[in-house]
Amino acid sequence: MKKLVIAISMLALAASAAFADPIRDRQALMKERGKIVGGLSKVAKDEEPFDAAAVLTQLQALQANAEKFDIDALFPKGSESGDTTAAPKIWEDMAGFKAVEDKYLADVKAAVAAAPADADALKTQVGAIGSDCGTCHQGYRIKKG
Amino acid sequence: MPWLKKLVGVALILGVAGAAAGWLLSAPVKLDAATLAQLGPGDAARGKRIFYAGGCSSCHAKPGAQGDARLQLVGGLELKTPFGTFVPPNISQDPKDGIGAWSVADLANAMLKGVSPTGEHFYPAFPYGSYARMKPSDVADLYAFLKTLPAVSGKAPDNSLAFPFNIRRGIGLWKRLYLSDQPVIPLPDGTPEPVMAGRYLVEGPGHCGECHTPRDFAGGTRKGQWLAGAVAAEGGGVVPNITSGEGGIGNWSASDIANYLETGFTPDFDSAGGAMVDVQRNMAELTADDRAAIAAYLKAIPPHPNGYPARKKSTK
Repeated sequence: MKKLVIAISMLALAASAAFADPIRDRQALMKERGKIVGGLSKVAKDEEPFDAAAVLTQLQALQANAEKFDIDALFPKGSESGDTTAAPKIWEDMAGFKAVEDKYLADVKAAVAAAPADADALKTQVGAIGSDCGTCHQGYRIKKG
Repeated sequence: MPWLKKLVGVALILGVAGAAAGWLLSAPVKLDAATLAQLGPGDAARGKRIFYAGGCSSCHAKPGAQGDARLQLVGGLELKTPFGTFVPPNISQDPKDGIGAWSVADLANAMLKGVSPTGEHFYPAFPYGSYARMKPSDVADLYAFLKTLPAVSGKAPDNSLAFPFNIRRGIGLWKRLYLSDQPVIPLPDGTPEPVMAGRYLVEGPGHCGECHTPRDFAGGTRKGQWLAGAVAAEGGGVVPNITSGEGGIGNWSASDIANYLETGFTPDFDSAGGAMVDVQRNMAELTADDRAAIAAYLKAIPPHPNGYPARKKSTK
């Protein structure tokens, strides 16, 4: 009996580790996303020198980040409460939420495909991507203190 | 019991006198002739700047409209607040459903005094509490620019407010308490020009304090916590502290602020969210000088700790 209890609790532990913490996971992906966009934005604004290969690597990293953003896994029912700034609207309008994320991924892919050759071209791509950030945060995030 | 009769009589007289005084004190007051004389001819090109500084389309464009559709000022957004639901009206050039038939004096009375052409109070959800600080000539410029925008038919639904906020006349008393054309933050002589220009943009047309300053029980902004951040009037959540006080943006440089207003990115590359998204997109239409002025003013104002309660950290 004792062994059974231990076995069950170990299973439960393993399961919770596998599910991890969707709130923490999505926040980590968002942090990474912001950092990459931040670096690209500095180049687009001529605050840092333009290096086409480095820029492309960063854009590809942004795409990898976006592709990892599995909404079903990261925003399961029940993850609207807790230490999160996700707006309840996400779960009320899941289709709309997914649509803005899809548009973001499409714009990131387009930027990778375009492989910007100078800071001006990058600026256009970063502008489109930045506008997607705003559109999503406008409706689907609530600022908390 | 003759004394009771007397008491009732006195109470009645006091009640009637009080009601009469309240009625007089709550009367809508329009602009005087001297102010109207300062309107001038108005210039649409200059008015475009005022339009974006004032963020007219944030509330008056059709909800969700993007691009040029944001210039169709048909109204209809629902602002769900503790006072009830406010619905910004159609302010397009349609003469029947919008404000196409308004004179420039009508617009000035609306923006600077919160009074409609028919002499009724507007609710201060329309931020004339800030617009009251605007120069009449800027209102005339805005009028000229609005004239260049399309007429769109269709009336937005009425406000739906709870008692006693549904009594429009009561706003007259609110105005006596809170409506002023004077600056919020006094600046001494010799203050650098960008700070002065920023004060005008922030306190006047930009109406930043309407969301970023906490309000008292009667819905007036608490000037002692100017721009300290506040519980959001709608949608839950908070509006950030934009002073240099604790929890605010003291660690942002002036150019960080200007860059945020231009691009929507914070120094650590988070992005603007909520209602600020539209505001930022409007700010991006201003000149770099205007954005720098706003930044200079925000760096110059008194720092305050957050004007909203600390977040309860979840134990989860």
